[in-house]
Amino acid sequence: MDKTQQEGRSLWVWLCLLLILILSGFSCYLIQLREGLSITGMGRDVSWGLYIANFTFLVGVAASAVMVVLPYYIHNYKAFGKITVLGEFLAVSAVLMAILFVFVDLGEPSRVLNIILHPSPRSLLFWDVFVLSGYLILNLLVAWQTLKAEEHSEPTPKWLKPFVLISIPWAVSIHTVTAFIYSGLGARPFWLTALLAPRFLASAFASGPAMLLLLCMIIKRTTGFDAGRQAIEKLVQIMTYALIINIFFFLVELFTVFYSAIPEHTEHFRIMLKEPPYAVYIWFSLILSWLSAFFLLYSGTRKNEWVFMGASIAIIISIWIEKGVGFVVTGFIPSPLNELPSYSPTIPEILISIGIYALGFLFLTIFYRFSIKIKIKKG
Amino acid sequence: MDRRKFIKITGITLAGVTLGMGDSLFGKVYASPQNVKRWAMVIDIGVCLKNPECRDCVDACVLTHNIPDFNNRKDEVKWIWKARYGDVFHDSALELTKERLPSIPIPVLCNHCENPPCVKVCPTKATWKREDGIVMMDYHRCIGCRYCMAACPYGARSFNWREPRPYIKKINPDYPTRTKGVVEKCSLCEERIALNKLPACVEACKHKGMALVDTSAGRLDSYPSIKDRHIIARKTHLGTKPRVYYVL
Repeated sequence: MDKTQQEGRSLWVWLCLLLILILSGFSCYLIQLREGLSITGMGRDVSWGLYIANFTFLVGVAASAVMVVLPYYIHNYKAFGKITVLGEFLAVSAVLMAILFVFVDLGEPSRVLNIILHPSPRSLLFWDVFVLSGYLILNLLVAWQTLKAEEHSEPTPKWLKPFVLISIPWAVSIHTVTAFIYSGLGARPFWLTALLAPRFLASAFASGPAMLLLLCMIIKRTTGFDAGRQAIEKLVQIMTYALIINIFFFLVELFTVFYSAIPEHTEHFRIMLKEPPYAVYIWFSLILSWLSAFFLLYSGTRKNEWVFMGASIAIIISIWIEKGVGFVVTGFIPSPLNELPSYSPTIPEILISIGIYALGFLFLTIFYRFSIKIKIKKG
Repeated sequence: MDRRKFIKITGITLAGVTLGMGDSLFGKVYASPQNVKRWAMVIDIGVCLKNPECRDCVDACVLTHNIPDFNNRKDEVKWIWKARYGDVFHDSALELTKERLPSIPIPVLCNHCENPPCVKVCPTKATWKREDGIVMMDYHRCIGCRYCMAACPYGARSFNWREPRPYIKKINPDYPTRTKGVVEKCSLCEERIALNKLPACVEACKHKGMALVDTSAGRLDSYPSIKDRHIIARKTHLGTKPRVYYVL
């Protein structure tokens, strides 16, 4: 069996696996449609859970495309030329997943168009739908046109430039609006911090490039398409700085909360840092972050490919926990009536979530397969 | 002065007169619904302190509004329920006062806030504030995103995690049942108020510990029965201006 054959076979195995996961998620969703959201671990007190946590995380991954788009288009950083399209397609898939996560969280999905039929500009959710769909269209358009030009060995059309430029602040806006969904609620002191949007962006700019970096490594091993040493090293740098800023922001938050010692703020943090099971996850996440930062800074380890691949995985897990259990769930504990409700996702809830990720990765595989074929053909 | 303004002022004066005449605030309607500008609820905690076992208000609400009982805390739906005073007012903990008070169950319900955060966050205008202050829900427009539940500082909102109908003990045909997937909450019995009736909880309280009042008609402490007593509300520091008042 030659190399292309083997390549084709592993691709089919991968696609079949994704398909199975999508189908299992979809059948669980059908059960959820019939039984209601009671089949999830969410309840009256912890009324948002795994779905909204994943939504929040994925909006961050989507926004992080700006970390390759900005250096390439504004600072003319040529080394990112090979991976900018990959970053944009990652953003497209992440937005699709994020939107699906909100959709499966709805109690009455058949009425979803009410958001458009009864537009409510005072609601941040309205703005989120607006910025997310805009971002989806922008990235699809830019990536598509760039690839098309590349295929025909032409320069990218001139009219595309304004769309590229708009997509940069637009990327910041999607995660800012997502942060505002939370940080504007007086009811939840844990979320009520002006630092939330900056924190979201910092953690996004660490986890997004980490994901892109891993994808580049996988692509290199499976297709032979090499993003180039320079691009990879730059991604590592961006990820490292963003991670350190994120750690700093977290410590800053801790200072204000614990030094001011206002009970309604400290209580959430106390539960997050001390009460199992939440504390177990959070400390795991914190330690992963700190270790990654250390190995990515230390001169003896930071150039090692295995180190930054390991750190990328650690950062993705760490930030996924930080934005999930550590952020969405803890915000509901204690409840407004001072109770300590508990939350853990159910099996169907987890399978639906995995199904959405599988669907996102199916799109991503198709996009990447397509892009890389063109890139390899054109050298 | 035009005709409308004249009628309005006369109405308010009439309501004011009714106020002055009453010697007790509780258990009466103090204005005709047509003239009301701002409804509020007053709850006498002293009454609850004397009757900690009483659940009349809760039971009446459950029967009137077809509230299901799943026998399961996670899926629970509640419009008015009893919670410990110490938990309801945990932000203003009174450690050294009235020994028994913190453990006493008192009724909690939607505060029908002057600045309701739930209304602001709703992406479909499925919840809104009426001119008379009642915060309403449209069960047919709600998409079940539960943003309002995250935004409510009082935990007053419930979601239908499952189909409620099979779990309603006795269906009241005069009030609609809800479906799974939508949010619901206390409506201050707007359907009863429209018929010049008291809210079900107020009517059911045999100890006369609850009252529905029109706050636009005068100051709360002008009611003789609570004149010299301390009046508090939940989490006033958030600026939501809750309209359920507790009298200590």
